[in-house]
Amino acid sequence: MLIEKSILEAKRQLGTRIFQIRLLSPKIAKLAKPGQFCNIKVSESDFPLLRRPFSISNVEGDSIYFLFDIHGEGTKILSEKALGDELDILGPLGNGFSYEGNYSTALIVAGGLGSAPFPFLTSKLDKKEIASFVGARNSSLILTEDLQNVQVATDDGSLEFKGTVVELLTSYIEKNNLNSFRIFSCGPNPMLKALQQICVERNYDCQISIECAMACGFGICQGCPVETTDGEGYKLVCKDGPVFEAKEIKL
Amino acid sequence: MSNIDLSVNIGSLKLKNPVLLASGTVGYGNEISQLTDISKLGGIVTKSLSLKPRKGNPPQRIVETPSGMLNAIGLANVGVEVFIKEKIPFLKELNTTLICNIAASSIEEYVECVKILTSEETIQAFEINVSCPNVREGGLIFGNDLSSVGRITEQVRAATNKPIIIKLSPNVPKIADFAEIVKKEGGDAVSAINTLVGASFDIYTKRPKIKNITGGLSGPAIKPVAIAKVLEIKRNVDIPIIGIGGIMNWKDAAEFMIVGASAIQVGTANFINPNIGNEIVDGLAEFCEQQKIAKLSEMIGSYQI
Repeated sequence: MLIEKSILEAKRQLGTRIFQIRLLSPKIAKLAKPGQFCNIKVSESDFPLLRRPFSISNVEGDSIYFLFDIHGEGTKILSEKALGDELDILGPLGNGFSYEGNYSTALIVAGGLGSAPFPFLTSKLDKKEIASFVGARNSSLILTEDLQNVQVATDDGSLEFKGTVVELLTSYIEKNNLNSFRIFSCGPNPMLKALQQICVERNYDCQISIECAMACGFGICQGCPVETTDGEGYKLVCKDGPVFEAKEIKL
Repeated sequence: MSNIDLSVNIGSLKLKNPVLLASGTVGYGNEISQLTDISKLGGIVTKSLSLKPRKGNPPQRIVETPSGMLNAIGLANVGVEVFIKEKIPFLKELNTTLICNIAASSIEEYVECVKILTSEETIQAFEINVSCPNVREGGLIFGNDLSSVGRITEQVRAATNKPIIIKLSPNVPKIADFAEIVKKEGGDAVSAINTLVGASFDIYTKRPKIKNITGGLSGPAIKPVAIAKVLEIKRNVDIPIIGIGGIMNWKDAAEFMIVGASAIQVGTANFINPNIGNEIVDGLAEFCEQQKIAKLSEMIGSYQI
């Protein structure tokens, strides 16, 4: 991990409140692994005070992509940055997905902005079959760019399957009689909880990326605990995660 | 800037410069050392240690507030035994002054921790946390009670020859009284201030934003309170003070020294810029050069009122 002053190279609005940005950040780009994140200082002043964590969405050469929606002052300021502006970025942070191993199909399960880390992961899965499942409340919140073999679920049925992305996934596994697969997932907690329950019951190989409010992003503030299932206490989302085995933590 | 003497003394403890990293914002040094050169700092203060490991409070533990943050970590720590076995070997190699922060739920536990740790050569001083706002037993119950602070100081004093620094709570009517009793019972210095008790609620769910309901407020929001408390101690008690509270840059550090701090601790700022300690050392050196100050220690308590 290191701090790099990074130039905003490109910005695209993907929805009413959803943005994708590309930053020139050669040192972090070189070290980054899928599932890791960066902690970004969105202003030079003390407001907002803390950095904001964002999943690394993709890496292309010396550039890093991030995907975010406006949900507070920090993300609002980030969305208003102009091309050429410099941002202070700390990263790459945390442990990413572990995607090596003996399985034939990678099943990607994303809810809403939980799609963010998967373009990068997809780019590394060239030796695997990929099926991606993307869900959201409605079609305007579905993000599928740079994903492969995508099926969509919406709560209101405004696009493709009406229902949850976890239902869509389980019916796919059953229909295709899959037995050698690994699930990679990121999304809101209720979705991850539903997925976790099924994966534990059926002993599916599943890794989930979770979110938590945090200050430092690298283990010194102890602000982002997640309870482990082994009764040993807490792990830190920033340093021990943000990717965990589904059976390892309590959501 | 090489000819400026940045060293300061906290009683018998000599520091190469006054910049320390505060307890709870530097862990046990291993993570932050990847992002900054700890050997250039005056020293670091470890995360609070208790006799047995503590897993800490359930989430959510932190929330950002205007110019600050609330935390209720709950003294999550590895405990004295694991600290000695797993953390000391790394800290030994850091070439910086190591101050060990102790938190406990009883006077006996403070004494026991210090007795065990005092034989560790790497530890040069103890900072006794009598003012954590986030644990039910101990913490503020001690920190808000003069006679408890007196008894803890007295008994810890009897357990070690190393310098003892008592970390004071700002959540009291008169902080100078606490500094006075620390001095009377043989404490070498006080740290001021620990966090202020605060709370923040979500207006839609009507629930507290952190699970512990209240937390400790830190960051630039508390700096004027801390400056006032340091000045109050300086004007009333002759004891070295380590100034803490919302220090974000070298100017803040200089302000604390001018009102009476012999050294300072950087806390919340480490979360945002892990290299800030070194930037403050450089900034203070440049300031001295520009102001024709040969010894940084001349600045301590140099306020004009």
